Amino acid sequence: MTSGDPAGGHSDASISRKVRRLETLLEEKGVLTGTQLDEALDAFLAGASPASGARVVARAWTDAGFRSRLLADGTAAVRELGYMEGAEQRLRVVENTASTHNVIVCTLCSCYPLRLLGPSPSWYKSEAYRSRVVREPRAVLEEFGLRLPETTDITVWDSSAETRYMVLPRRPEGTQGLAEEELAALVTRNALIGTAVL
Amino acid sequence: MTDPAAAPTADDRFAPGARVRTFRHDPPHHTRLPRYARGKRGTVVEPEGPAALADVNARGRGDAPVEQIYAVRFAARDLWGEGDHHVVLDLWESYLEEDSDDER
Repeated sequence: MTSGDPAGGHSDASISRKVRRLETLLEEKGVLTGTQLDEALDAFLAGASPASGARVVARAWTDAGFRSRLLADGTAAVRELGYMEGAEQRLRVVENTASTHNVIVCTLCSCYPLRLLGPSPSWYKSEAYRSRVVREPRAVLEEFGLRLPETTDITVWDSSAETRYMVLPRRPEGTQGLAEEELAALVTRNALIGTAVL
Repeated sequence: MTDPAAAPTADDRFAPGARVRTFRHDPPHHTRLPRYARGKRGTVVEPEGPAALADVNARGRGDAPVEQIYAVRFAARDLWGEGDHHVVLDLWESYLEEDSDDER
């Protein structure tokens, strides 16, 4: 646990203190040991990093069968690659095309495909992002440096229940010769959220 | 192959493509129907799979009804009065009612 965003956009300091106090109490009372907590956290976050999302995307770009399975049932498809074992939430992957762009948010709190992508960036949890991207996505995306053509249809996915979302970005032009691993290295976290394209 | 949890079932009240309207409630407890989407018209995309109703679950009660959740697509214009984008929300069945054309 860190003390949050040094820029002050979103502070976790208070909740971190509470969590640390709870951990200490649970250990003092002998309910569980620090090792157990670490093991549970390690298991929960196994493979949870933007690199995993990037690997999923690169596989979808190079394997049409995997791509259709991923779009039909994201949870089952990423399990083929060893991710999200035992996760309670569903994963839905939404695909960007020449005419449509997708971006994800959680306006009520900060739901995020944590089991696949790891902890979310601080700005994802900020009130500014959460309240504005559903209302004026084009303006928000421009602030991320992403200017979409007027003709592009934008869909904002607000993670209000049990499904978590990830964007399948478009494969960059001129990458025909690249191997899957090289393609994965091109994929950024913001592209998986939809606040960037590649 | 499609996600079996998200396949439409005979018990679903709404089919993909159904026009729905969200309730205009303002409960004193937790709810997953965001304020900006209350009393708004949208279109069901598809079911997302059933889950315990968060409004009841969050109050620590063990008797939360399990309901179908639907991905519902809203036009920005219907939510905010402006904009050309769409917003998709995942909403429990009891947040929704049929939007009959004659009320429009």
